Amino acid sequence: MNEATQAPATASIEELTKITSQVRRDIVRMVHACQSGHPGASLGCTEFFVSLYFHYLRHNPDFNMSGTGEDMFFLSNGHISPVWYSVLARSGYFPLEELKTFRKINSRLQGHPATEEGLPGIRVASGSLGQGLSVAIGAAQAKKLHQDPYRVFVLMGDGEQQEGQIWEAAMYAAHYGVDNLVATLDYNGQQIDGPVDQVMSLKNIKAKWEAFGWEVVESQGNDLEKLVPALGQAIERTGNGKPVINIMTTEMGYGVDFMVGSHKWHGIAPNDEQLASALDQLEETLGDY
Amino acid sequence: MTKYTFTEKQDTRSGFGAGLLELGRTNPKVVALCADLTGSLKMGDFKKEFPERFFQVGIAEANMMGLAAGMSINGLIPFTGTFANFSTGRVYDQIRQSIAYSEKNVKICASHAGVTLGEDGATHQILEDLGMMKMLPNMTVINPCDFNQTKAATIAIADHEGPVYLRFGRPKVPIFTPEDQKFEIGRAIRFTEGRDVSIFATGHLLWHAIEAEAKLADRGISAEVINIHTIKPLDRQAVLQSIAKTKCAVTAEEHQLNGGLGDSIAQLLAQNTPAPMEMVAVNDQFGESGKPAELMEKYGLSTNDIFEAVLKVLERK
Repeated sequence: MNEATQAPATASIEELTKITSQVRRDIVRMVHACQSGHPGASLGCTEFFVSLYFHYLRHNPDFNMSGTGEDMFFLSNGHISPVWYSVLARSGYFPLEELKTFRKINSRLQGHPATEEGLPGIRVASGSLGQGLSVAIGAAQAKKLHQDPYRVFVLMGDGEQQEGQIWEAAMYAAHYGVDNLVATLDYNGQQIDGPVDQVMSLKNIKAKWEAFGWEVVESQGNDLEKLVPALGQAIERTGNGKPVINIMTTEMGYGVDFMVGSHKWHGIAPNDEQLASALDQLEETLGDY
Repeated sequence: MTKYTFTEKQDTRSGFGAGLLELGRTNPKVVALCADLTGSLKMGDFKKEFPERFFQVGIAEANMMGLAAGMSINGLIPFTGTFANFSTGRVYDQIRQSIAYSEKNVKICASHAGVTLGEDGATHQILEDLGMMKMLPNMTVINPCDFNQTKAATIAIADHEGPVYLRFGRPKVPIFTPEDQKFEIGRAIRFTEGRDVSIFATGHLLWHAIEAEAKLADRGISAEVINIHTIKPLDRQAVLQSIAKTKCAVTAEEHQLNGGLGDSIAQLLAQNTPAPMEMVAVNDQFGESGKPAELMEKYGLSTNDIFEAVLKVLERK
């Protein structure tokens, strides 16, 4: 197989905007229903997930674990599972109704993504940070070995850049010229104990990735008008002998005024009143689950 | 009664290298990853013959485990190679999340296990690896005893769907299992038939158990030597059948007493048919530098230690 046969959905910016609002509603409703989970970076990465799954990713919701003949996505910072689950469900991987089971007993929607319960769309467990980039690189190299022309995408957090394994993987991908890979770094500047700059500064993260031999693209992650072309640029730069990373600036909690910009909403759920306030700010565009 | 002898010594890691090379020739899905120990792991022949399927990862074991998990998704069968210490403790969380919990078809191949690593000392002499790996759900754990068995095990695990930990060692040890013996994962092998005591041995300790059996026979004691090459899943039936006959057990392994084969068998017996039991293993200590034979002696892992353990368990019957 040498020809790309899966076409991306390529939704318009207007359509993507509608999906984004609905996904944000899903996120706050999911974490509210189980009174746990990670709304902050889920909301911050909503435009990214929607752009990827509804515009660029050549994928088949009739899920095939091997990922042969389609693009593959890996989530390394597994705690932002709410946004991924919502986007997978709204892409047709599993029934929307199942979002109700998030983090509840006997659910396929585990707190952090897992394969054991067989949730379509998930290819490896993540949650313990720093591991997803290595897995994505391995999957990308396997695609090369099989002459499969599709790409591999992976999302990482910025706090996660503090894990040593990220840099083992960074060195490796550049050494082998793994150029069918687009990594994205969610640069929201926040982690559990506070601002990343105070907890453990990344200093010049762009220079670090460049020094490791990666092609770097920068983007604004909460503006679809800017993010969609930037992701396109990142994809265009594949196939040139270097792995590609998209350093994407986002705001944690984006779209909900009382959550935006603070690390405090990294891992707590809104109460009833806060949920009502959040939903007032997010238009129901596609129908709640 | 078959008497076991040997004419040649070879290291078990070379059995792994030979098995891997054969797999390279027979199974195009097999790929190999190594963390800067190609020579030590005897992966050089595979690398030479199949350079496009060999991935040097440098001194970065955590990345190696993730890469292997990723490669397996696409249907490849990755074999990772490094020392047992760096194959387990150093990368436990990577194995736990990306391989075991994620049910990935990765073969973690680990050399230089135990005190027989010798002069490098305790930093490298891992004695806790079997315990760590057997605790992981979905993980199969194998510790072969000689060159032939290691080669056969290496070939066999490629056909097994799921994560496997394959443990072998550095020193040259007797080759005493048949070259053509079929390796069945989870199926124990009875080496001698006996009435008085069951000796369950794994890895390098199997040869010592066979030597002990001969010494015991001279004293009129009939020992049944059973090779437990697969620590998990344990061949429960083989163990229980032997104990039903002999009513007592000695286990022998180059591993900590806590968490090893002895633990697994004690658990099985306690739940089914409690019987007197002695364990030949390292007792809550780190190793040290020295020659392999000296270390086996000092840490209580010699033929004589098995012999003495049998005498002790017989008194408790």
